[in-house]
Amino acid sequence: MIPYISNTDADIQHMLNTIGVKSIDDLFADIKPQHYPQSFNLPDGRSEYDVLEHIKHLARKNSVDLVSFLGGGYYDHYVPSAVDAMISRGEFYTAYTPYQPEVAQGTLQALYEFQSSICALTGMEVSNASLYDGGTALYEAAMMSIRITRRNKIVMDGGVSPIYRKIIDTYTKNLNYKFVETQVVHGQSSRDEIFKHLDKDTSAIILQNPNFFGAIDDHSDIVARAHELGILVIQSVYPVALGILKTPGSMDVDIVTGEGQCLGLPLNFGGPYLGFMATKKKYIRKMPGRIVGQTVDQKGQRCFVNTLQAREQHIRRDKATSNICTNVSLCALQAQIYMALVGRQGFKELAMTNLHKAEYARQSLDKIDGVKVMRSSPTFNEFTVELPVDASTIMDRMIERGFAAGFPLGRYYGGMDNYMIVAVTEKRTRQDIDNYCAALKDVLTGLTAEVTT
Amino acid sequence: MSLVFEKSVDQRRGYKNPALDVPAAGKIDAKYLRSEDCPFPEMSELDVVRHYTQLSKLNFSIDTHFYPLGSCTMKYNPKFCEASARVPGFANLHPLLPQLKDGERLTQGALEVLYDLEQWMCEMTGMASFTMQPLAGAHGELTGVMMMAAYHKAKGNKKRYIIVPDSAHGTNPATARIAGYDTISIPSDENGVMDFEVLKSKINDEVAGLMLTCPNTHGLFNSDIDKIAQMIHDVDGIMYYDGANLNAILGRCRPGDIGFDVMHINTHKTFTTPHGGGGPGAGPVGVNKKLEPFLPVSRVVKKSDGTFALDYDYEDSIGYIASFYGNFALLLRAYAYILLLGEEGLRAVSDHAVLNANYIKACLKDKFHLPFDRLCMHEVVFSAKKQAERGVHAVDIAKYLIDQGIHPPTVYFPLTVKESVMVEPTETESRTTLDEFIECMLQADLESQENPGMFHGLPKTTPISRPDEVKAARELNTNYFTQ
Repeated sequence: MIPYISNTDADIQHMLNTIGVKSIDDLFADIKPQHYPQSFNLPDGRSEYDVLEHIKHLARKNSVDLVSFLGGGYYDHYVPSAVDAMISRGEFYTAYTPYQPEVAQGTLQALYEFQSSICALTGMEVSNASLYDGGTALYEAAMMSIRITRRNKIVMDGGVSPIYRKIIDTYTKNLNYKFVETQVVHGQSSRDEIFKHLDKDTSAIILQNPNFFGAIDDHSDIVARAHELGILVIQSVYPVALGILKTPGSMDVDIVTGEGQCLGLPLNFGGPYLGFMATKKKYIRKMPGRIVGQTVDQKGQRCFVNTLQAREQHIRRDKATSNICTNVSLCALQAQIYMALVGRQGFKELAMTNLHKAEYARQSLDKIDGVKVMRSSPTFNEFTVELPVDASTIMDRMIERGFAAGFPLGRYYGGMDNYMIVAVTEKRTRQDIDNYCAALKDVLTGLTAEVTT
Repeated sequence: MSLVFEKSVDQRRGYKNPALDVPAAGKIDAKYLRSEDCPFPEMSELDVVRHYTQLSKLNFSIDTHFYPLGSCTMKYNPKFCEASARVPGFANLHPLLPQLKDGERLTQGALEVLYDLEQWMCEMTGMASFTMQPLAGAHGELTGVMMMAAYHKAKGNKKRYIIVPDSAHGTNPATARIAGYDTISIPSDENGVMDFEVLKSKINDEVAGLMLTCPNTHGLFNSDIDKIAQMIHDVDGIMYYDGANLNAILGRCRPGDIGFDVMHINTHKTFTTPHGGGGPGAGPVGVNKKLEPFLPVSRVVKKSDGTFALDYDYEDSIGYIASFYGNFALLLRAYAYILLLGEEGLRAVSDHAVLNANYIKACLKDKFHLPFDRLCMHEVVFSAKKQAERGVHAVDIAKYLIDQGIHPPTVYFPLTVKESVMVEPTETESRTTLDEFIECMLQADLESQENPGMFHGLPKTTPISRPDEVKAARELNTNYFTQ
């Protein structure tokens, strides 16, 4: 039996007769002998049970039992059971891009709801129906700013995720745009540094709130200055923090992007995630990706369609705003269901719970000898800690004790080997945090003993 | 149907947050805070579940309907692959873990999946290496074309053009343009493949490369492919294989053996990862030795002790093209699928996809015009021009099929065929289903002769009738809160 193929021998014979050929091989006559594969050696097929056991075996080689204080833009939030149950409906996950709106109202309405939720979250006027992930969404925003301003220099604040920085660096370098990264001072956006780089060639300044070090900011003053120079402001955001933080819309930001993984998506070792993008209504025609719009059918009843498709590659080909074809509809649906379940009050409470637990961890860590918590800016659920030794060494010993202690900043920032960022979500209990602090204290004591002996 | 926001009732709750077991001591200055709560709806879990269950029922999907959408490969998505992707040891794995010092030891299982998948994809395609990072097919194209550009830059080549046939997917010219190239479009000849003489006349030293789907979007395999590759290579151009139709030739032909230098695979087409209502996808990119130095970082390597690691140390790499290691949960579904099917099953994928398409072609060609009357591969392109003369256009036939419980084929693509109706049955459909489809198509033809007025106002069985798309674009309403 060959899995998922249902033609029987009799079917095959009937079909070959109808076509008028003797064998399936005859159907491949356009492939000449000189095109035949030089090799095609793949494993033998196995049973479902066997493969699943193998995958579970591999899964045991991953460390997922660590108590995690690891964030860096990707967070260990709880996903309510109803989210996966709903996206597991075949009507959603085995449908395709809604090209035939009469038979795709389910997907289209859910995407319209998603766009509305993203606008509510960010305080912006319009949103698209999702992009690949937070990093590539930020790159698309940078390209969008270049299309709007017809300038070709991108300035990025050093507090933006270094992972995103690497991505933007790749695309600007390979696509021949200028890219400047400004220095952060004490983990905060430095106005002096940023303003120094803004000029008449600059298309956009990219900011992040909270930034990679965890610092919260109000970028209104940067926005005002940028706008005086005809420069657009792009802000990358963390949706859960927007449960309480000032919206980019109220700071007059032009384009907002972000990583929606925190809205009901598992960590999945890096993907699929959820990129989103929102902007001002006047820029909607320059925005990449699918957009769902409300309209009426012939009977006048409300319905939804993909709209402004003239921006897209399948219509405009080489003049499209982006080469993007697919988005991440199912992930957008996942996030939309999450936002509806958690709800207005629940979402605010979720944000407050994250804030309070992080504050508890911050205060507890501050009491440990040798640990210095950076307090130059307010923070949300992630913050920077200075250690007496290389953070990687500490991380290593904490893993032995069952903790993913944070993310060492030395990985991406020169001269910051002794720093790490620590994230605390609603899943971490007081006990987890107490145990973590006790373990860290123990590790540091051990290290001091090693140095003195 | 009402929007989720219209069902909101103050103070109704659908989810209980973990308890606050620490003092409420976190404080942020009001100037950093939002002035109003985020206006998400307030609903019970049942409200939410019922809302989205009802919405789901407004969709056609593979699980509920035959879905022969040409060029999209709507094959069955095995439940087993879904289960594989939800194994907690993978689903809960943080992507930054392997970036800790010696952190790779914490994710050996995941790295092994990526490593094995790369080896298998190389074997299936004849490429030397793959990157799993591109997050969709079009993202793979951009990655491939950036590598192409890096290759020319490294060699000091002055290149301006990328050649694309007129039957190509829109992503090809869009990608070429974004990567800074002008495109040259080559018409199709009377056999439905790229016009060889025109191509020959357009090739010059400024040609950076050629992007080609093979078989192409007419469902036809270009038997001159090796000659074309030779001509492109003669001007030091790069051959890009758009893997959108790789599902037609598994075990029959490998892009790497017939002159392609770089390619992408759409995992949802070649294997089976769900389309998800329009993504997420995954678009791994393969290269031969010529382009290998330019692959994005990180790359997964196997060390001499048999363990796996991430290597970032490649001087000529184009850099990071995605945040992490690709859309891992989709790659894991592809991994599970390949292991289940094995070599024999993978060969059968293409054999039956091609058999099914040719069967439909044979059964419908007397009634529907065939612009290219020859053996096809995994999909067949008809023209509804005979029916259009009777006032029944491709779109009308599409809407008619909807009322018969069949998702329409792709219509008006490829752009090269007037009134095109592009049918891709896939290997997972049975002859029984194909016969039902054929019967419906023949009935549509009959109705176009006897009762063409009947098509007016279709579909009639759907939750909505034809939407006013002009209104949608003119009176933009994309956000409930500012409508």
